Amino acid sequence: MMTEKSKFLANFSSAAKNVSRNRGLWALVAVLIIGAAFPGPSEKSKLGAFFSWDYHRDMLREYSIHGILACGMTIVILAGGIDLSVGSLLGMTGMLFAYVMIKLQLSPFLAIPVTLLAGSAAGLLNGAVITTFKIQPFVATLAMMVSARGLAKFIGGGRTIQAGTQPLPPIFEQIRAQILSNNLAIVTIIFLLSVAIFWIVLNRTRFGRHLFAIGGNEEAARLSGVRVNLVKATAFGISGLMSAVAGICYAGSTDYGNPEAGTAYELTAIAMVVIGGTSLMGGRGGILLTLLGALIIGYTEKILSINGVKIAYEFMVKGAIIVAAVIIQQTGRRTRTS
Amino acid sequence: MSDSPLLEMKHISKAFPGVRALSDVSFELHKGEVVGLVGENGAGKSTLMRVLSGVYAPDEGEILIEGKPARFSSPKDAEMAGVAIIHQELSLVPSVSVMENILMGREPRTRWKTIDWREMARVSTELLKLMEMPIDVRWPVEEFSVAVQQMIEIAKALSLNARILIMDEPTSSLSEHETKRLFDIVRRLKGRGVGVVYISHKMEEIYEIADRITVLRDGLHIGTAPARELPSEKMIQWMVGRKINQFFPSRTSQIGEELLRVSALTLPQPGKTGVNLVDNVSFSLYAGEILGLAGLRGAGNSELLGTIFGRFGNLPKGEIFIQERKVNIVSPPQAIENGMAYLTNDRKASGMILPMSVLHNMTLVSLRQMTRFGWLHPLLEQRSASTYQDSLAIRTPSLRSEVSTLSGGNQQKVILAKWLMSEPRILLLDEPTRGIDVGAKAEIYSLMNTWASEGKGILLITSELPELLAMSDRILVMHRGEVTAEFSHDEATQEKVMAAAM
Repeated sequence: MMTEKSKFLANFSSAAKNVSRNRGLWALVAVLIIGAAFPGPSEKSKLGAFFSWDYHRDMLREYSIHGILACGMTIVILAGGIDLSVGSLLGMTGMLFAYVMIKLQLSPFLAIPVTLLAGSAAGLLNGAVITTFKIQPFVATLAMMVSARGLAKFIGGGRTIQAGTQPLPPIFEQIRAQILSNNLAIVTIIFLLSVAIFWIVLNRTRFGRHLFAIGGNEEAARLSGVRVNLVKATAFGISGLMSAVAGICYAGSTDYGNPEAGTAYELTAIAMVVIGGTSLMGGRGGILLTLLGALIIGYTEKILSINGVKIAYEFMVKGAIIVAAVIIQQTGRRTRTS
Repeated sequence: MSDSPLLEMKHISKAFPGVRALSDVSFELHKGEVVGLVGENGAGKSTLMRVLSGVYAPDEGEILIEGKPARFSSPKDAEMAGVAIIHQELSLVPSVSVMENILMGREPRTRWKTIDWREMARVSTELLKLMEMPIDVRWPVEEFSVAVQQMIEIAKALSLNARILIMDEPTSSLSEHETKRLFDIVRRLKGRGVGVVYISHKMEEIYEIADRITVLRDGLHIGTAPARELPSEKMIQWMVGRKINQFFPSRTSQIGEELLRVSALTLPQPGKTGVNLVDNVSFSLYAGEILGLAGLRGAGNSELLGTIFGRFGNLPKGEIFIQERKVNIVSPPQAIENGMAYLTNDRKASGMILPMSVLHNMTLVSLRQMTRFGWLHPLLEQRSASTYQDSLAIRTPSLRSEVSTLSGGNQQKVILAKWLMSEPRILLLDEPTRGIDVGAKAEIYSLMNTWASEGKGILLITSELPELLAMSDRILVMHRGEVTAEFSHDEATQEKVMAAAM
């Protein structure tokens, strides 16, 4: 008879084994090796750009906004859904933030909560439509994707919102800032913080467990007392909230409100989740996998761009990588279950 | 015509990493014969049949069909050699027509290489006629009952000129009447010289249909005997490797206070006015009592359990009282708050969360108890799960294993553990022993007795009458949504219950 502690440790070590068996991790290692082999030109380091921290800092900064969206996307996908509206909601909330800050010249202490609220409300509306009318998430969020983009254009009358002759409110600078003597971007901290918070939500709260249960078997979850509609709607609400966080970050890093911001970002976010290894069928996956997926995509694109690969090729390579990653994940699963 | 048997499997061995699934198993099947293949889950029945149907290649041994060695490297090869398998889960495409399903991949063509629909209808109607199934083959398969779908699957096998038909638990979702019809067809196939391997957990069926019985245990061939010469006690003994003196544990029941009373409970059929799935049902359940709900498929006893548990929202009418207090239950959480637990009759579809671990499946209902300051505490979860793992003797490599990797019996125990953790007083158990092996069945029976003696009330549905008769203190018989009879444990006989259920 094993003691409780030793059972716990045994489980822990099997969890560690799972990590080492995670193919995503090896994919990231492979990408990093390629990165080191093609480091790109640099003034700072003789070895090449890859071997200076700036390279990694910039990659992290550039992909943090996608990563923030991917956090919200993760919980929606875990619950068996999909959220196509995050890119448009990013655009819409970014415009709203710029409008309140620049046009109305109000305090960021008002603008930030209002923007977050707007994003959450839009997400909750997605959830409400999906659960009340039993509409497929794909369709409902596609509708939201279209309307939110419309709203984004409406807010600025079809144009961007810029400071122009007025001074730019300092909040924009603050969001764009990099700390630790310019070595880590604020947006990257927001992204990593989101990952940490989502890890706690998914692994240490009833809500998180209920998400997995719903994604795994909705009817069984319902009969086990899980309030399925509430949990699902909340998941979409959180995805909307993360879109707003991303919207603020985007506006902050560009100095203005852009109604076209975030176009096609939902696809990158979904790709990050899927490449990490979270199942599109729901019920299987996790937020650390999404972090992994975000790094894989981020590094891949960075490697391609720093080596001067034309944008057309970059897209094609990206597509191939997504398919390859999913194939690898699936073969991994098959051998494990059989 | 040669004297060699239709099928000979000689000294088949097959190992998987860590498991010896089959060792030196020999199996024989003659023309026009039905061999019942029995054994506990994990005994090697499925593996043996997968070897026969070309899914696995054996490590050792050979397969002879009519004396000629056969090597199958894929299911397609086996199909060509005349081996067809009818699975527990049907492999038809629900939204596609019957004839397309039967002739899928082998559609007759016209001169212009387009599909010859008329010929297709003719051929498939002909096939179904052989089984006396006059149905419209142009309808989609999903329009028909599971029983008919099974016949369609058999027709498909016949169209492939199957000479060896493997039936894996074919009756698990059939009613008594439908089972009879299936058996008629099996006999007809026998007459045509088809050899049938019949896998089932239901003893009565094996005895009714099988000419010979082969028992496997732990990957070994334990014995084969003509069905008439193998008494059921002996067969069970072969299967479990020990003598079960008393299959159903006896118990002295202590009936206490009233736990649950339902009054005029009615569940209308959605979309059909005037038809009730549960019709004006009233009864009481007492502490310490096991109340059996008998009824043929479609009698409404399953729906009755769901209705009590709030599965159908606010659709049902009638009143529910828990310990004399009127309660309003329109959702599962309300039922759980009122001390109920509900084991559904389909653990894959509505019992387990397949991709989740054993641990997380077990704690799902009682997560509130697993929190400290509002946060889930892994050690608390681990501790309660270990307790129930021990008390229910759940065999799993680790609590972290995915529940999908366990055997049926252990999966069922995981679901039971999930409900016991919420400390319910009223257990609604719909087919708790379906599709699990004999050993696990006996364990679940004795657990049920323990729970009753602890003062819980149990509503039990099972389609195996001997089980219902042995376990229940009282039996209600349902027919078309209504309660048609009530028997005490001592009054009830199979004949009386069947008479009230028909």
